[in-house]
Amino acid sequence: MNIDNFKPAIVYAIYIASTPEKVWEALTTAEFSRKYFSALAVEAELKVGGAFVVRAPDGSVHISGEVIECDPRAGSPSLERELAGAGREARRHARHLRDRACRRRRPADADPGPRPADRRRHLSGGRQGWPAILSSLKSLLETGDALAIKWSRRSGCWRR
Amino acid sequence: MSKPEFVYINLYRDLGRETLARPDRRRLHRALLVRPSRRLRLEGGSPYKFARPDAPSVEGKVLISDPPRRLAYTWDPCSPDAKRERTSRVTFDLEPRGKVVKLTVTHDNLDEGGKTLRDISSGWPMVIASLKSILETGRALPADLPSSAAKEKADV
Repeated sequence: MNIDNFKPAIVYAIYIASTPEKVWEALTTAEFSRKYFSALAVEAELKVGGAFVVRAPDGSVHISGEVIECDPRAGSPSLERELAGAGREARRHARHLRDRACRRRRPADADPGPRPADRRRHLSGGRQGWPAILSSLKSLLETGDALAIKWSRRSGCWRR
Repeated sequence: MSKPEFVYINLYRDLGRETLARPDRRRLHRALLVRPSRRLRLEGGSPYKFARPDAPSVEGKVLISDPPRRLAYTWDPCSPDAKRERTSRVTFDLEPRGKVVKLTVTHDNLDEGGKTLRDISSGWPMVIASLKSILETGRALPADLPSSAAKEKADV
């Protein structure tokens, strides 16, 4: 798969008082994702070309995609160092982490040609969804509890 | 909405109550404006300043104050290189969503490719993330987050 054609449609940045290891774990395991990702279970085969599946609580496949980049070692420098502005390399690293997370977690974009109506629907869902999901992730990592967000069926999300 | 604009959305836990509490939304509303003076009135037309210890960095006036739903103010950076840009506008919309509050920050009427657009695009996510931490944990994020000024210096 050629990822050079990817254009970021949604880039969402959020700052979390945590470590890259914990954020990585939260992004890649069902144990965490069920708490902050509207009860959906993330199942990621953590290697390039591996399967990326998000399952609804009833076990059905909600989203399926493919892992495009995966480098857990990139998560090893501490976020505190990044937050303190350790230098250009650290910031590039953070951008890389963020870009990679975006790519890996938006498999809908991997399809080069969704119909414009579908694309609009995906984008609208993404604009509504990512802020809620990542806000909840931040709360979970900082306070131990995810947000109890009221989702509407209309926006394509699950009510908790 | 005039273009270009910057929109940032974040959700906040409603603290300490089972249902959405108006006082908490009011607290969030108040937290969005740094008050240089205790006597500042949050009313349409009231002047405000985001002041650093040495000098004010942004000033403007309140356009809309409708607690705890909507706050809007003009945004006029005091730095010399941003001074030539037109005055932009910041709007905060607060909506209850079950037990959480959805905050949408819209910064519009910005100059295309201007310094202000660049600064606020990296600035608001930091400020709003820190605000969320304060409201939910009582602790702000580290104050030494890389500022846009430091970033520019390092990128040169």
